[in-house]
Amino acid sequence: MFRLTKKQRILISGVLVTVSFILHRMLGYAPITIAVMAASTIIAGTPIFINAVQALKYRIVGIDALVTIAVTGAVLIGEYWEGAAVTFLFMFGDYLESRTIEKTRSSIRALLDLAPDRARVRRDGIEMEISPEEVVPGDLVIVKPGEKISVDGTVLEGSAYINQAAITGESIPTARRADETVFSGTIVESGYLLIRADRVGDDTTFARILQMVEEAQDKKAKTQKFLEAFSRYYTPAIIVLAALFYLWTKDVVLALTLLVIACPGALVISTPVSIVAGIGNGAKNGVLIKGGEIMEKLGTLQVIAFDKTGTLTLGEPRVTKIQGYGVSENEVLRLAAIGESYSEHPLGKAIIKHGEQHFQDLPAPDEAEIITGHGVKFRIGNDWYYIGNRKLLNENGINTSQQEMELRMEEDKGQTAVLLSSTEKVIGIISIADVVREDGKQLVKDLKALGIQEIVMLTGDNERTAKAVAGKLGLDGYYAELLPEDKVEVLTELQNEHGRTGMVGDGVNDAPALASADLGIAVGGAGKDVAMETADVVLMSAELSKLAYAVGLSRATVRNMKQNIYFALLVAGLLLAGVLLKTVNLSFGMLVHELSVLLVIVNAVRLLRYKGSGGQST
Amino acid sequence: MITKTFQLETLTCPSCVAKIEGMLKRTEGVTEWEVLFNSSRVRVSFDESVLESETIKNNIDKLGFRVIGEK
Repeated sequence: MFRLTKKQRILISGVLVTVSFILHRMLGYAPITIAVMAASTIIAGTPIFINAVQALKYRIVGIDALVTIAVTGAVLIGEYWEGAAVTFLFMFGDYLESRTIEKTRSSIRALLDLAPDRARVRRDGIEMEISPEEVVPGDLVIVKPGEKISVDGTVLEGSAYINQAAITGESIPTARRADETVFSGTIVESGYLLIRADRVGDDTTFARILQMVEEAQDKKAKTQKFLEAFSRYYTPAIIVLAALFYLWTKDVVLALTLLVIACPGALVISTPVSIVAGIGNGAKNGVLIKGGEIMEKLGTLQVIAFDKTGTLTLGEPRVTKIQGYGVSENEVLRLAAIGESYSEHPLGKAIIKHGEQHFQDLPAPDEAEIITGHGVKFRIGNDWYYIGNRKLLNENGINTSQQEMELRMEEDKGQTAVLLSSTEKVIGIISIADVVREDGKQLVKDLKALGIQEIVMLTGDNERTAKAVAGKLGLDGYYAELLPEDKVEVLTELQNEHGRTGMVGDGVNDAPALASADLGIAVGGAGKDVAMETADVVLMSAELSKLAYAVGLSRATVRNMKQNIYFALLVAGLLLAGVLLKTVNLSFGMLVHELSVLLVIVNAVRLLRYKGSGGQST
Repeated sequence: MITKTFQLETLTCPSCVAKIEGMLKRTEGVTEWEVLFNSSRVRVSFDESVLESETIKNNIDKLGFRVIGEK
């Protein structure tokens, strides 16, 4: 036999099936038609046959076996078209399914890529680079800008801004100095740290995240598909029934008719075609739904939990408000942007970005000093300024009590307030926040309209910011200051209390939560590989409204699938009765059977037109 | 009694799981088994006086699933 890949087999048999269909229309069962159909059947059917035989060796009668027997039966009866069509559709459906499944698998590999691959340690005064596995608790680890921290540890010396996105999902770097703790997998963006290793290797938070993802993934595999279980009994039962009828009546044609007619052609394809159409519709609209089981679940969610940063918010801080005291707002922005010129702090970057939108040329300050964790002291001409937090100003003898109320108000709104002052007094306040996505509010409304009971937010961020964001979006609740493990726990609580729970996230830290929820939904495109590959549903764009569409699509698909299944069962039942009562002959039975298959496909094709929960009734 | 985990090439069909399970069920010396579909792993507990891990590996191989690692 030729060595053909599965793809080639499907392609070739697909072409042959089409050609044979046309030939059949024009010439009927002419030798050429039969030859083309037979070729198609053999090409598509060989792997099915081999699989059936392999499974039989271990006494497993699968769908492969029934398809093989039915196709053999169909060919023996002379129904070459049925044989060709069933084998092709079976292979094709199987191929589409397995292609979607494969994508879910590379998640662990992508996650592993984020693991630190080297560590710089100082032993007996000598600095050396070793692999992270060789680090022992108590080692002194040195981390420079751009490097990954390879252990969970305590800072002994130095200060730095570190990006903890791998752990907390918070991409705004946070300041770390002596006595503070750091996580493995986080990145030093600027500064330098000398760390004492407390937990290494498999004990680190990051390693545990990896572990959780791996375990959570197979929690799902235990859910058995109904049809699979059904066919486990249905398939052998039909074979036995056909055999019994043969023994009883000695009527080969009746037995094979029974087998062919009872071959759940429509039933076999009822689910895959709906699912394939649904998945196709989703893909066309930028929503990747990884397989049938997920498609079934998506529409039945009772709870949807959102990650905050990067999901409900843009994930990058922006200037939201500027206030001047004795100077214009423009002047506040200009001075601030000059002062932050050398700043690598994300809040500083937000100010620079905003400044650049308003001014052509922003000069550098004549002199500047970065005070890590506090802000910047800088000089323009003869005048000195400070930009930073309260602490920076207070330590330099500038009174901020007059602005205190304003600052509190801003902070209660979830804003970070940055102060600008001369050497004497405060001259401006710049509010910076991670901006809430514009379509968030609409999404919450849409999901409520779809009947989702509980819409909540889980975040590693502080209580105040969480409250502000939750209030703005009209969420049912929020859970703040959570570590990744906590998120998993909260999800379990939600599941116990309300039922099926979906988790929507975007970052690496969501991976355990995405995997342990009933359904993991990732928002956003490239660059978020891990969450994407761990998730069951991926919204390619950051457009949140797609989620409501996806839930609607899932429901429409399930509805479509059920229509197909009930219809297929009904037709199969009627045909079975007809054959047994000898009122249905082979050709009529085949006609009805083929029509039922055709109707099931046509019904599924309607799904391709689904546009959203409004209007379309599939 | 020892437990080994075999890492297979990506499993893509649920019927593969049934096949491997069926094989393990009928292998003498195997006491417990679990086929993890998503992570493409097979976890087997067996009596090493009756059976070698190499044999299990070969049997899985024969079914058409390549074993790419074990621990």
